[in-house]
Amino acid sequence: MSVGTGDRRGLSADEARELSTRILRSTSADEARVSLTSGWRGNTRYAVNRITTAGEFERVQASITVRFGKRQATITTNRLDADAITEAVASVQAQARLTPEDPEAMPELGPQRYADSAGYHDSTANLGPEARSEIAADGIQTAIEAGGIDVAGFLDVSAGSGSVANNAGLFAYHASTSATYSITARTADGTGSGWSGFGERDWAATDSGSAHAQAVETALRSREPRTLEPGSYPVVMAPEAVSDLVSRLAFSMDARRADEGRSAFSAEGGGTKLGERIVDERVRLWSDPQGLGSAPYTGDGLPIEPMMWVDDGILSNLSYSRFWAKKQGKQPTGGPGSLRMAGTEKSLEDLISETQRGVFVTRLWYIRSTDPRTISYTGLTRDGTFWIEDGQIQYPVNNFRWNDSPLFVLSALEDMSRPFRVRTSREVPAIRVGEFNFTSVSEAV
Amino acid sequence: MTMKRRDFVASTALAAGGLILAPKLARPAGGLMTRYSLAPPVDPATKELLLSAVDAAMSSGAQFVDARVELVRTQSVSTRELQITGVSETSTQGVGVRVFFDGSWGFAATQELSKEPVARAAQSATAMARANAKIGRGNIHLAPVDGYGDVTWTSDFEIDPWDVSVEDKAAQFLALNEIAVAAENVSFVSSGVQSVKIDKTLATSEGTVAAQRLVRLSPFMTITAVSSDRSDFQTRGSVVEPAGSGYEYVNANMTSANVERWAAEASAKLSAASVESGKYDLVLHPSHLWLTIHESIGHPTELDRALGYEANYAGTSFLSPPEAVLGSLRYGPDFMNVEAERTSSGGLVTIGWDDEGVPADRWMLIDKGIFVDYQTTREQVDWISDITGITHSHGCAYADGWSSIPFQRMPNINLMPGEEDLTEDDIVSGVDDGIFVEGRGSYSIDQQRYNFQFGGQVFWEIKGGKKTRMLRDVGYQARTTDFWNSLAAIGGPSTYFVGGTFRDGKGQPGQINAVSHGCPVSLFQNISVLNTGG
Repeated sequence: MSVGTGDRRGLSADEARELSTRILRSTSADEARVSLTSGWRGNTRYAVNRITTAGEFERVQASITVRFGKRQATITTNRLDADAITEAVASVQAQARLTPEDPEAMPELGPQRYADSAGYHDSTANLGPEARSEIAADGIQTAIEAGGIDVAGFLDVSAGSGSVANNAGLFAYHASTSATYSITARTADGTGSGWSGFGERDWAATDSGSAHAQAVETALRSREPRTLEPGSYPVVMAPEAVSDLVSRLAFSMDARRADEGRSAFSAEGGGTKLGERIVDERVRLWSDPQGLGSAPYTGDGLPIEPMMWVDDGILSNLSYSRFWAKKQGKQPTGGPGSLRMAGTEKSLEDLISETQRGVFVTRLWYIRSTDPRTISYTGLTRDGTFWIEDGQIQYPVNNFRWNDSPLFVLSALEDMSRPFRVRTSREVPAIRVGEFNFTSVSEAV
Repeated sequence: MTMKRRDFVASTALAAGGLILAPKLARPAGGLMTRYSLAPPVDPATKELLLSAVDAAMSSGAQFVDARVELVRTQSVSTRELQITGVSETSTQGVGVRVFFDGSWGFAATQELSKEPVARAAQSATAMARANAKIGRGNIHLAPVDGYGDVTWTSDFEIDPWDVSVEDKAAQFLALNEIAVAAENVSFVSSGVQSVKIDKTLATSEGTVAAQRLVRLSPFMTITAVSSDRSDFQTRGSVVEPAGSGYEYVNANMTSANVERWAAEASAKLSAASVESGKYDLVLHPSHLWLTIHESIGHPTELDRALGYEANYAGTSFLSPPEAVLGSLRYGPDFMNVEAERTSSGGLVTIGWDDEGVPADRWMLIDKGIFVDYQTTREQVDWISDITGITHSHGCAYADGWSSIPFQRMPNINLMPGEEDLTEDDIVSGVDDGIFVEGRGSYSIDQQRYNFQFGGQVFWEIKGGKKTRMLRDVGYQARTTDFWNSLAAIGGPSTYFVGGTFRDGKGQPGQINAVSHGCPVSLFQNISVLNTGG
């Protein structure tokens, strides 16, 4: 099977519909759903100022869910010839029949209407091995010209489509591309390190040259850090760091866990904190699949519209699955993906220039939960930590381990910049907060 | 190092001649693709397909080629409380071809198991390697390895996880859940088992065709207790380690008695005393310590990492440059010995031949407390052989599927037990003011592997040589070599226990490795403990 016959990579809508129909026709289950994923992925990787590996592959994969009454099972396979489909369907049907009834099984949705979500860009889909190696070569050249710098970087691009179809007549299709790029520059003396990176759907909207320059500049500037004692400091966080904290807040928004009393958003004595102020009143956080070119539907084909999670600092929604929404008399919401956080008109430089004293954090690393009751995490700073005083970055300081929660951080919010596209499907501002809790020094560079 | 096609064919034929082959016949073509049966021993149709890829790349100028067919099957059965939540199976199959040219690698993969697409992948991988070699060409050589002809290997297992029906698996876990939710304050339990079966056949341009089967299992259960006024909730999870074993492992570990204990622990955590921050002696149970070993010994001893090849993602290592640390850096006390191996039965990353045709190895990383060697693949041997005198690869090449490029991944890494067979009680009895830690909890370490923080699942106060009351909210922070040099006692062989993970991430694009770590109960003195309770 070839992956896409048209101009675009991955199955076209017609091809996806045809293959889905073929699979659905081969089932004898009461209900069946087919999700297809298809397309191309290519990458180029470099380190120690040379390209180390590159790779590409294409694929088509089908996930088939069948249901007899409330007994259901799913099989995923990339063997899609007629015999293989027959075999996969027979296997998943046999498994479904052996599976106990799932009291939470929801019936398949009928035909739905979906908002447009333009996520496919030829500029990304055309990034073949040679184009990718030229981008890597430019990063390496930037390091060589600066002198005394080793760079490592990674460009990962994909182009393809996804679809959901069921035997109740639903068909959802979305084509998209993604480009993720990052570069780390390290000084030869081992005391300086800088990072820059981004995610985008449209490669033409990116500037890898700026990323190269920024990583190298940060590396040079972060050499020979001074010692700063651990403690609670005002902090300016670059968007990459903000993204890592805010996404963890968003992914704690499951309504069922809150209702069950095992979430930071469970209210003591019963119920949830819906409608309560949870962070600073300037914080607005929402999912925007259409705005970020993501699929405008969930895994079972439910259309998803922009969904506000935190509005003016108030917990305005929790994430409801179809089952839990029905049980609680709510509307299903989809998950908290394709996140956006509102910002201001300011630049990152404005945030720094308006800071009396504090620590600048480029990015966070190895973030792990320490207490889900407060969404508390531990992690480290990395690749460019600086002391700010009198509105200017003064000198590099050591990295830190930190222990804190996005709830506490966003409650101590002082200011925000304009939002930046940090991931293919995430946009957040840089922030300045009154305090961030550094618990020990990390001598890592 | 490089081999011409003629030599390759000759060595394969020669080696194969000495082995008994019992090939399964390829099934007749159905639909668009020919299907290949991938069970060991070496399947002739698979071998032919792989050799055609090797041939295609070598004739396009490659200096080394490995081609690998993989069929990866995973099955997941999951439950919550008294109901099923999911039964799913994934089966993915394809061929990956990796090509080495003038110090650079190219890789391409296809899910179409027929000669033309596989040849295209081989040519495409060669073109990529050539394009990359033009930019900052590296002085990279592959350590020599023998061609082993047709060889086979399989994980040790008694019961194939696929021979236990999903009905029986679901019934087993639902019965265990019933026991869990009967405990006081236990409101929720999620449980189930993930099974993995990988059939892979590798052909190298040096004359090895290795058909191997890996079976891995990860039974899981997380029990949540909620206080009656809903002011608090606590969980007990990470109850059983994943293993490279058959379903007999699940039956042996997911027992009623164990579930009763785990549920009681979840419940007891609600009323456990919150720890006071300070310095404590820590007695670490192997169900906890394996992860500390993984993070603070496993990752820093990856040679690619130490030399900057992972700088853009996982980071580098404090064990660098090699000439400054090999044979001289004191990791811990004289009785600290750490081995690496891909040979132990039940080990998650145990194998016959690695993904570039190197036979499984066993070697020391830390000998009598001194750091002596890294983890290596063939291209890495040359980087340190002047110092170590070792001229062969330790066999750490691994790819997590047909569409992934092989690179250096962690072998099983184990802290060896003490010669004297000290028991857990012997060790606890020597502690005046300490904490006993069991189970994998939160874990975080910096990008050069100096500063770490670990939590756990269950904590017991130790006073006057005895475990007294349960504690909670315990996290400890330390610097790697300070921590290991505070190692004061290790248990004997009777306390040795193997833990591990299904999901160790490394590389870009990210790949997942499953890896085991064995260790005895161990005592660390004077470690900083903080209270991690919200």
